[in-house]
Amino acid sequence: MLTPALLVSALLFVIGTLGVIVRKNAIIIFLCIELQLNAVNLAFVALSRYTGIEGQLYVFFVMTVAAAEAAVGLAIIISIFRHYETVSVDKFNLLKW
Amino acid sequence: MTDVLFILFAVVAVGGGVGVVTGRSPVASLLFMVATLASLAGIYVLFEAHFLAAIQVLVYAGAIMVLFLFVIMLLNLGHDYRADLKYGSWFLLSLVVVGLTAGVLVQGLMGTGETGLRAGGAEVAAAIDAAVVEKGAVGVIADPLFTDWVVAFELMGLLLLVAIVAAVVLAKPRERPEGK
Repeated sequence: MLTPALLVSALLFVIGTLGVIVRKNAIIIFLCIELQLNAVNLAFVALSRYTGIEGQLYVFFVMTVAAAEAAVGLAIIISIFRHYETVSVDKFNLLKW
Repeated sequence: MTDVLFILFAVVAVGGGVGVVTGRSPVASLLFMVATLASLAGIYVLFEAHFLAAIQVLVYAGAIMVLFLFVIMLLNLGHDYRADLKYGSWFLLSLVVVGLTAGVLVQGLMGTGETGLRAGGAEVAAAIDAAVVEKGAVGVIADPLFTDWVVAFELMGLLLLVAIVAAVVLAKPRERPEGK
């Protein structure tokens, strides 16, 4: 069952990448990043059957980092929304040249 | 039976992922994401990672997704029913990037390393199963977590503390200077 799980993992990661590139809504972009993290988690869990329990520990750490990232990222989105009244990323052009 | 369940969960996970990208309202995307996360928890159970499946449902599908939903509702974003896709050169770029990523991933994941993995795979899986029977689904994670990985575990606590402080500072409204 390793190969199908890695295939699903690769598919989810690619879908997440697609979402990060094509969507404009900052919250959806965040959701797609979470999708990528989950794709990697699936690969870790599948491979932990072949390499040892450490794979599951990494998933535990990834989940913690994802929780921290979601909290900080959503706080940034709230802060930006207060300023621009939108969450569309093509309206945030202060750092563009 | 296991294969049927795996295919079911995999189809729901990938379909949910497509739904996240194509969803017209942010709330719809979020609900597709919850479906993906729940079916990934099911796949974790099939791989005997019971504790991870539990915290996937509790922390991810429960806490983090509710945080997203809370922000969507706080900012009143649930009403824009249009897929806000980027067109033109961005779409072409995304196809190129996605194609390259898919090629690299398939080559890397399906490639030569797997035969070496499979050779030693059976006894590793048997060892994990024996440890689950001996220590329980939580103990098998907790034992290395509080011995070999305790420094990383404590750093995770520190990271969460920093994240809480950062979130509070960032989301707090700016105080206006006196007299304005």
